[in-house]
Amino acid sequence: MYSRAYKLIVSLPPLLWVGLFLFLPYALMLAHSFWLVRDGFIVHQWNLQNYAKLFQNPVYLTVLLRTMRIAASVTFLSLALGYPLAYYMSFHAGARKDLLYQLVIVPLWVSYLVRGYAWKTILGSEGVVNGFLQYLHVTNEPVSFFLYSPFAVVLMLTHIYTPFVFLPLYASLEHIPRNLIEASQDLGASPRSTFFRVILPLSLPGLLAGATFAFVLSLGDFLAPLLVGGPSSIMIANIVQSLFGTAFDWPLGASISVCILLLTIALLFLTERLEKRCSFR
Amino acid sequence: MSQPPSSSDSLSVDEALLDVRNVAKHFGSQNVLKNISLQIASGEFLTLLGESGSGKTTLLRLIAGFEQPTSGEIWMSGVRLDTLPPYRRRVNTVFQQYALFPHLSVQENVAYGLHVTRVAKTEICARVHETLHMVKMQEFADARPAWLSGGQQQRVALARALVNRPQLLLLDEPLSALDANLRKQMQGELKSLQREIGITFLFVTHDQEEAMALSDRIALLRDGALEQIASPRDIYARPATAYVAQFVGQTNLLRAEICGGVATCGILRWPTHFIANGAALFSLRPEAIRLAPEDAAGTAAVRFRAVIRQQIFSGSSEQLEVDCAGLALRVRIPTLGALTGEHEFAFSPADAVLVRS
Repeated sequence: MYSRAYKLIVSLPPLLWVGLFLFLPYALMLAHSFWLVRDGFIVHQWNLQNYAKLFQNPVYLTVLLRTMRIAASVTFLSLALGYPLAYYMSFHAGARKDLLYQLVIVPLWVSYLVRGYAWKTILGSEGVVNGFLQYLHVTNEPVSFFLYSPFAVVLMLTHIYTPFVFLPLYASLEHIPRNLIEASQDLGASPRSTFFRVILPLSLPGLLAGATFAFVLSLGDFLAPLLVGGPSSIMIANIVQSLFGTAFDWPLGASISVCILLLTIALLFLTERLEKRCSFR
Repeated sequence: MSQPPSSSDSLSVDEALLDVRNVAKHFGSQNVLKNISLQIASGEFLTLLGESGSGKTTLLRLIAGFEQPTSGEIWMSGVRLDTLPPYRRRVNTVFQQYALFPHLSVQENVAYGLHVTRVAKTEICARVHETLHMVKMQEFADARPAWLSGGQQQRVALARALVNRPQLLLLDEPLSALDANLRKQMQGELKSLQREIGITFLFVTHDQEEAMALSDRIALLRDGALEQIASPRDIYARPATAYVAQFVGQTNLLRAEICGGVATCGILRWPTHFIANGAALFSLRPEAIRLAPEDAAGTAAVRFRAVIRQQIFSGSSEQLEVDCAGLALRVRIPTLGALTGEHEFAFSPADAVLVRS
């Protein structure tokens, strides 16, 4: 048995960490969302004005819906890229597995900002894509919609979050016992049938985990719209950022954050339930 | 179609359900199977017996289609099997670790093969029910494999394979994950099931007792080559090689010198009908040696005196280690009580079987 002193010493640092850096900020945020700003000062007066504003002004809902649309696109595209890659690596890569794995992981070591600027140079009017198109005489003038559009945001976020989708997917595919695939073929199932009846159902937990990563991380992203998005692809986090910054309306910003937090928690709760339902061992 | 080489061990072509012709399998520079030929008769229970690494599982996987032979051909009922993908072969496998689908219930597992081959729904229902009944698992139809014990999973795996009515059922050490008592029980059930439904079984095991108990014939593999193929009784009573004699049961290997129809090993001398003079190896089972009764002199038995070195009581019999003028012999006799000192033993010359080394 461990002594009480030992238990205290071991559990204190994580408790302090969670308390100071998680619960305290959340509590402050929650409190702020019920306060208001008057004459450039935050007044500690409890009210629901901020939440009322959110529902009255259609801008917030429009941006939230756009954010969710972008996040959903990113999720879909990352899955569409990540699943075939994970599938190929797990079942057919053979000896190249480790090398490919490293290649997928390496971009994660590169700063998010660097990758953002890289997309700027690729998509911009002086960029690689436009240069190539003009060289081929497909267009005479640079095509502008590549950059500063929701398309660019989706592209950049997909690039950034595909490894996050890949990793849990790959892990779940690697965990499928290979004799199940042999058993399926032995029982008369073609490779296609085996994929849909055995491999896909057994990789669902990984697929859900990856999709959750991509969706939740995209939902809170504010750098991609800043770097490559332009005004037409402002996301909800950009609004929060400006409210906490130049607009100096912390209470309204906090109320949006609370909404996003609740949305995210609901989403995580839902996917966890789903994941539990489709994991069998 | 090339005819398989005829020998005393092989069946005529029209009787054979499965015909393995000169099959070899290399993994890189490793020759896992070296030119194996064997036939399996329809309705037969054949066991591939061998140590781990003998190639028995590889041969099974070649027949199931999970591996391709490096050379040679496999035929089943007039159809060439080795060029077909596994899902087009009328062969089903019971896997060593059962390989039940964890996301499907017991009856969905059993129905799997029928579903993917588009059997009618009503027929699926009837056949799944019937097969689960056959393996006494009908009350677990809705359970998930993870909730079942090893023995129960084993039955489901068997049902899942049998429901497809394969021409040939492959069993890859299906009982090795079960504890001893359950294994004995499942052996009995497996044997009676096979008799009942008449499906040909190709069974892989490293357990010689299991092979003896279940099989019509045993094919003993050693280092990827077929050492001997014969009925359990024949393989025990007339082992072809010293390896077979030692692998299947215990034996005494006697290095003898044959001269003029008499074999000599130490002080032991016995008549043999092998004429060729020179060194030869004989296998003499421990139970072929008995304590010689004092008065029965003058029979054809070979009699010798030996000193008892060790006695191990094992219930119905006694295991003795005796010293016959420097030659150590194992003897198994019915339970008699403690023995010490020198005794007279005897064996019949017919029980000393000449084996290849």
